[in-house]
Amino acid sequence: MESPHVIKGTDAMDSLLSAAKKLADKGGIRDEIVSGIYGVSADICRDAVTYKDQKKLASTYKLDSIVTSKIWGFPIMLAGLGLVFWITIAGANYPSGWLASFFGWIEGYLTSGFEAVNAPAWLHGVLVLGLYRGTSWVISVMLPPMMIFFPVFALLENFGYLPRVAFNMDRLFKKSGGHGKQALTMSMGFGCNAAAILSTRIIESPRERMLAILTNNFVPCNGRWPTLILLSSLFMVGGAAAGALRTLSTALVLMGIVLIGIIVTLTVSWVMSKTALRGVPTHYTLELPPYRRPQIWKTILISSKEKSLNVLTRAIVVAAPAGILTWILGNVMVGGDSVLNHMAAFFDPFANLLGLDGFIIMAFILGLPANEIVLPILLMGYMSSGAMVDIDGLGGIKDIFLSHGWTWLTALNMMLFSLLHYPCGTTLINIYKETRSMKWAVLSAVIPLGIAIAVTFAVAQAARLFGWV
Amino acid sequence: MNQYTVAFAGNPNTGKSTLFNLLTGLRQHTGNWAGKTVITAEGEFTHNKHTYRAVDLPGTYSLYSNSADEEAARDYIIFEEPDVTLVVLDATSLERNLNLALQVLEITGRAVICVNLIDEARRLGIDINLKAISKRLGVPVAAISARGKIGIEALLDQIERVATGAFTAQPLRISYSDEIEQGIAELIPMVEQIVGSRYPARWIALRLLDGDDSLLHSLKTHMGRKNIIGTKEVVGHGVTACH
Repeated sequence: MESPHVIKGTDAMDSLLSAAKKLADKGGIRDEIVSGIYGVSADICRDAVTYKDQKKLASTYKLDSIVTSKIWGFPIMLAGLGLVFWITIAGANYPSGWLASFFGWIEGYLTSGFEAVNAPAWLHGVLVLGLYRGTSWVISVMLPPMMIFFPVFALLENFGYLPRVAFNMDRLFKKSGGHGKQALTMSMGFGCNAAAILSTRIIESPRERMLAILTNNFVPCNGRWPTLILLSSLFMVGGAAAGALRTLSTALVLMGIVLIGIIVTLTVSWVMSKTALRGVPTHYTLELPPYRRPQIWKTILISSKEKSLNVLTRAIVVAAPAGILTWILGNVMVGGDSVLNHMAAFFDPFANLLGLDGFIIMAFILGLPANEIVLPILLMGYMSSGAMVDIDGLGGIKDIFLSHGWTWLTALNMMLFSLLHYPCGTTLINIYKETRSMKWAVLSAVIPLGIAIAVTFAVAQAARLFGWV
Repeated sequence: MNQYTVAFAGNPNTGKSTLFNLLTGLRQHTGNWAGKTVITAEGEFTHNKHTYRAVDLPGTYSLYSNSADEEAARDYIIFEEPDVTLVVLDATSLERNLNLALQVLEITGRAVICVNLIDEARRLGIDINLKAISKRLGVPVAAISARGKIGIEALLDQIERVATGAFTAQPLRISYSDEIEQGIAELIPMVEQIVGSRYPARWIALRLLDGDDSLLHSLKTHMGRKNIIGTKEVVGHGVTACH
């Protein structure tokens, strides 16, 4: 209850409520209110609405009986997801390469410009190798896939498919103690976890809303997609595969990652609803809106404009300072080695247990403000540590990784860690704002981190035990 | 050249945000699912030399504070007192959508009912008698298609009539069961005494009967805001202050 001396009128209000409670003693008030309102609505419609053709109204149900059926529901969902990934990867590959080469070409001119005016090496380092590279990598790796993935996703959304996904997923969520609408907030997480935390407001019960908040992190967001796409296409697909087959296998690997995320979501929901957030799932109504033909061009234009703006602002606001910071850490020498190398060396033994290395852990720590910058920080960290590779396009990136002892296990575990580790700073702030609880905000970082460590540890140890690496 | 505030209320997924985007020129992302808008967006539009500040409320099925977004929509309509509350309904499922309109009318008569997706309804062979609905509800009703840009001017005219006070509403009052009406009658004097006449007493009484703690909480904070100067005097008086 409120402390007694907060506001004038507080006690009067309490007495008002208790008077109301006395009057409403018998219960069933809500039902009477609702039936009163429904009665009037029905009455108005009886007078004012006439249906000329009942058959036309039934057309939606036919499609729904297929896409939400027990047999076809999940296969259609998975096929749809796979198709979206395939389109994204196939479409983004070349533009990413072009952008990378384009930025590299400009970098050459920038460097000669700095040389021409005899600028000090550190200035060139901070501005070109730090700020410019950091920003341009984020843009070239992120922009193309995001500009394809989100418009395609938005088309499905406008068509009306998302509520059907929620409907299908509801059975699973109910079993794990969560709320079917968690599927909707999960889908929003694909775009941005921070925004998805706000979208959990559609879940009525506070308990189930908390489950949705805690587990939202397990769907890869905007900032993590590029990392996942890049690593899976560089490392997860055998060298022999080429062309369409390569794209297809990359899409399958991504789908596997998303499925792992969903399994973890369900497991965490289940464990939490048996322990800290105990309770019975509440009933709710989920509206299956009529299918509508999306306004294709408008949807594509709006969502790709939104996404590209979003990516560009993030690149400038977050990636640029992070680029500078990483460059400084990588070039300030203490006792004969850079600060960055000292830090990486510090984390190395622990990281090794997880199948990662100290630089990767460093990148995740420095990447707390935004997941977009994890990969650029990592690359800059590697490059400042000696092996200056001229990365021309995306192929060069793989060489950098390989020269630092990467195997498929490193890539897989980095993907898993990226999928499972704590949400970004913005998301954490939103969680705190929405739950108004430090405890839950901290838990929503600690629980995923624990899971990320446990899973990568298990995978690394198993792979080494069986001699796969 | 007054500026009026128009709040956009409506069930989820009725094309509320589509209309909002059309009028304000903002390009919010819209989606075909319930609950897309959870944060209120704001924009501006003009019609016949009047400027309107448009506020897009989260889509809700009711104003019964079942969830955070319903509370947000409810609190806006009650405490921010928009000049016009525009209730956007889906013409293809009017009966269910009307429930929200009726709840809004219990709070305020300064409302316009907007039946959206009218082209879709016609396609499905649904015929809607707008005059009959308007007569029953006691507020203006306009049929539009936000996507097809049909009927927008007429809708804006109705908004203007309500905003400028040219239209006097006689909002439909729902009569509930005897038991509830009796409870309301007993509570109204208390509500008026404590909350003042600023807020709709009948509706508050009804919500209190329903045990709506969250409304009470909102009332406390909003009244507290207005009484900040008076607060110091009662500090420490505690429980005995108001008997």
